[in-house]
Amino acid sequence: FPSPFFLQVEQVKLLDRFSTSNKSLTGTLYLTATHLLFIDSSQRETWAFSRLFNCPTFLHSDIFGDNSLHCLFLYLLAKYEELYAFSYNPKQNESEQVKGWQLIDLAEEYKRMGVPNANWQLSDANRDYKICETYPRELYVPRTASKPIIVGSSKFRSKGRFPVLSYYHKNKEAAICRCSQPLSGFSARCLEDEHMLQAISKANPSNRYMYVMDTRPKLNAMANRAAGKGYENEDNYSNIRFQFVGIENIHVMRSSLQKLLEVSGTKGLSVNDFLSGLENSGWLRHIKAVLDAAVFLVKAIAVESASVLVHCSDGWDRTSQVCSLGALLLDSYYRTIKGFMVLIEKDWISFGHKFSDRCCQLDGDPKEISPVFTQFLESVWNLTEQFPQAFEYNEAFLLQIHEHVHSCQFGNFLGNCQKEREELKLKEKTYSLWPFLLDEQKKYRNPLYNPGFSPELTLLEPNTVSFNFKFWRNMYHQFDRSMHPRQSVFNLIMNLSEQNKQLEEEIKELEAKIKWRNGQSDAILAKEHQQSAHPAPVALKTPPCFKKEQPLIPVNGAVRTIEGSNTADNRYSEFVEEFSKAEPAVVSLEYGVARMTC
Amino acid sequence: MEFAELIKTPRADNVVLHRPFYLAVEGTLCLTGHHLIFSSRRQDNAEELWLLHSNIDSIEKRFVGSLGTIIIKCKDLRIIQLDIPGMEECLNIASSIEALSTLDSVTLMYPFFYRPMFEVIEDGWRAFLPDQEFELLSSVTDEWRLSCINKEFSVCPSYPPIVIVPKSIDDEALRKVATFRHGSRFPVLSYYHKKNGMVMMRSSQPLTGTNGRRCKEDEKLINATLRPGKRGYIIDTRSLNVAQQARAKGGGFEQEAHYPQWRRIHKCIERFNILQESLIKLVEACNDQSHNMDRWLSKLEASNWLTHIKEILTAACLAAQCIDREGASVLVHGTEGTDSTLQVTSLAQIILDPRCRTICGFESLVVREWLQAGHPFQQRCAQSAYSNSKQKWEAPVFLLFLDCVWQILRQFPCSFEFNEQFLIMLFEHAYASQFGTFLGNNENERSKLKLPQKTMSLWSWVNRSEELSKFQNPLFEANSLVIWPSVAPQSLQLWEGVFLRWNRPSKFLDEAHEEMINIIKYNKELQAKVNALRRQLAEMETDDRMQENL
Repeated sequence: FPSPFFLQVEQVKLLDRFSTSNKSLTGTLYLTATHLLFIDSSQRETWAFSRLFNCPTFLHSDIFGDNSLHCLFLYLLAKYEELYAFSYNPKQNESEQVKGWQLIDLAEEYKRMGVPNANWQLSDANRDYKICETYPRELYVPRTASKPIIVGSSKFRSKGRFPVLSYYHKNKEAAICRCSQPLSGFSARCLEDEHMLQAISKANPSNRYMYVMDTRPKLNAMANRAAGKGYENEDNYSNIRFQFVGIENIHVMRSSLQKLLEVSGTKGLSVNDFLSGLENSGWLRHIKAVLDAAVFLVKAIAVESASVLVHCSDGWDRTSQVCSLGALLLDSYYRTIKGFMVLIEKDWISFGHKFSDRCCQLDGDPKEISPVFTQFLESVWNLTEQFPQAFEYNEAFLLQIHEHVHSCQFGNFLGNCQKEREELKLKEKTYSLWPFLLDEQKKYRNPLYNPGFSPELTLLEPNTVSFNFKFWRNMYHQFDRSMHPRQSVFNLIMNLSEQNKQLEEEIKELEAKIKWRNGQSDAILAKEHQQSAHPAPVALKTPPCFKKEQPLIPVNGAVRTIEGSNTADNRYSEFVEEFSKAEPAVVSLEYGVARMTC
Repeated sequence: MEFAELIKTPRADNVVLHRPFYLAVEGTLCLTGHHLIFSSRRQDNAEELWLLHSNIDSIEKRFVGSLGTIIIKCKDLRIIQLDIPGMEECLNIASSIEALSTLDSVTLMYPFFYRPMFEVIEDGWRAFLPDQEFELLSSVTDEWRLSCINKEFSVCPSYPPIVIVPKSIDDEALRKVATFRHGSRFPVLSYYHKKNGMVMMRSSQPLTGTNGRRCKEDEKLINATLRPGKRGYIIDTRSLNVAQQARAKGGGFEQEAHYPQWRRIHKCIERFNILQESLIKLVEACNDQSHNMDRWLSKLEASNWLTHIKEILTAACLAAQCIDREGASVLVHGTEGTDSTLQVTSLAQIILDPRCRTICGFESLVVREWLQAGHPFQQRCAQSAYSNSKQKWEAPVFLLFLDCVWQILRQFPCSFEFNEQFLIMLFEHAYASQFGTFLGNNENERSKLKLPQKTMSLWSWVNRSEELSKFQNPLFEANSLVIWPSVAPQSLQLWEGVFLRWNRPSKFLDEAHEEMINIIKYNKELQAKVNALRRQLAEMETDDRMQENL
């Protein structure tokens, strides 16, 4: 066991929410710092990250009927060092660990975008986190933005998060910049901040005006003015076009997801309850709002060649969503496996999206929890559905990242900002997720990916008409296998395209052998009497006699196996219930979670 | 009648055609007896649109000055707009289209005029005869017989001339049973489950009336299908309430007291105008691109379409479950036994019988369980989602069935020999076609119209390799198992191929699909090449070995 038990409870009944057999298993439940373990009477073990039970996304209030057990599971860790990442040991040596952390290099990434250049430079203003604690050390700003302007601007911005470069579009010479809301109140202004924005528009030679996108609903932004915050007054800033885009705040998103999970977790759900629940949760409306905002941003850059400054309140939730999605639509690099990792490192991890608070990694304020990053992944998933050939990665990749944001198995997502991560010495004490994902990237490849997808136009223009947004079943019912297609076209194609590569190899091999043999037989003809010159028979994978052509490599049998041949799994169980009476439920544990994670 | 009388303006120039996601095209519009033809003038990009008048569901006209606009809404849910210069031309054309698209007489329909340009290899009218079906059956059981009791359609007007009934029941008894069932639709065999010998029968409701009439022969007939000591299930596709109310009109349901070996289950499936309204609402919701998310979801919900899908699938799964899992025989009926009954019996067969998931098997299923079983296609498919008429007999019963098949296909994408296009094609032809297959309401009408002699069968066209290749599923791998679909709301989806087909560009999805097919094709090529090379190498080795031995 990774660590000693905290608690041991006998005579616990385990119910698999995803099985309709209604039979519970009795056994003993153990709680460790990192895992939850259930051992039934036949010594079968069921593991789960205890983290996942804290994960708001999948916390179902009905997991435990018994109150004491409920308390047990609301047990949360108070210190980072108790998280699994600090005890996880994947048997890598130190240099591999270091190399793993160096896999993603953001300086390289800015270089790839084309900065620094004549208009943009690396600023050392935040080298010691003096100006902004939640920003990374390395920040890119317009060359004309001097240090006093930066300092002044940062003082006028919430949490000191002044406007910095997030993405630079080489061809259009336009930039996506990000910041937090200005401390404008009803009338305050700040010359340095105005200079800062001017510097950003001047850094773009192709367009003299810039957009300022406030990703909040107008009402929220106006309410903020009373607290001395607010939004840019167009009169004070020259050449800006100001725009609200109306993405709701973290609290709305949290309760939206809660409603969605409540609906999807309901047993015996009717179609109309599902659809009205989906509507009432507002979840898809929020996803659409996020994507609509990204589309607006992309249009400004791609059509008008205008730079865009994006902010919300603190500039680490909605701003991260919109900036990263915008970049993803503009730049095909972010649609590759490696590129997507870079995007997350840049716009989410380095710019201080508060993963620890939002994903409730430690015992903290429940009001800080919010599925902002989940929404980002879901928006990407929606794009992959609309553009099946534009992405190198598949849905499994998104789901895997989502899982590890909550699993706390790797160091990447621990903490709320870079400064905190450095203090935790994560790079020495924990491992980076990315090399592990790269190692198993076969699983995450989209077999239909076409790197040349609209080459002259790497821009994706998604259609955001409402009917394009779908409920992400594979996310919210990941473990409820009976609900998914029983045969996966995707897996099949993935295996076929993998097999095609093997076959291509084999053809090369065979051709080489035949060629070699042809050469040999010529040689044999030349010196027939020399028996010793005859080569040893080449080992063949198949018997030399062929009677019938058969498929050579069976496509992974598991793919075509029909599951769900159990009628009870298929939600028309009213009838079945008449045949078998259910046992009273005591503890219902999400068996599926355990199956998957361990 | 001369079509020319109806065509006041046969031709108009400088007409502009608008379609969603295409640039507007200018060209010439021609009206013929059965088609609306639009042909663009540009030589470099000549485009022609041929639209069957019978495909037109409704037409609207608008005027701005002397420029008239006709909006044509088709039964396949497409909407096109034609701008026609000249008020009079526009009015003439509109009224011609209106008249030509609502011809009363079946014999004026296009199938009677259509001359195929292809060579008929196998006559579709003779491709699926009951005797062939019975031959298959008699190879596994001798408990059933073919009855010609309905030869002249004299016993039941909506049944085919030949039906399969229990061997132990003679024609005399059948005649009596027919008087006890609505529309004389006495119980007949729908499906025989080879695995365990259980059967599915279908009929219409029994005419018990308020005083609980009974019919010994009816009881005997359906009991004859039970094994000794076994029970059966009667699946009534109406709610108990509706079934009870039916008694007042002379209908009713099987009383448990008189059918002690049978257990009755009520599974409500909606009928007629409720389904028609559902379709109209759904299409309306899909066609409005301006809906925000909440409005779209609430419209989708209010249409109830997916609820109907779930109800139908659930009932079909239940029937299949009784047969395969409970080892019990099943009788399915609603009121007339021509709509929801057929949805249930045909879907249950798709679940249970791998043969029904092949192209030929599915065609045979449509012929047996829909055409011969007397689903009134002509009435039900007279109008589609854009109809204004409040006729009570129009209903998308067949479309719902196809949608359910699509849902199962989506869940078991490798278990079907046909693809989505095949289902869409059947939807289109059920509503408007050059073929006679879906004309008429039952075999009786079809034989009176002499359709097999005077029109071409859809199957004659489909079952040629050129056409078939379009409808084949490249992922198909025969799967002999029973396939149980999920009916959870999260598993059911809007059939985009039909309902969003004209509302969104599908370029990227189509390209991805093509790529998928390429991967499969390439795989087959590579396999063949590896096989050939291995054989070549092996031959070389044997040659060498022979030389060695010399």
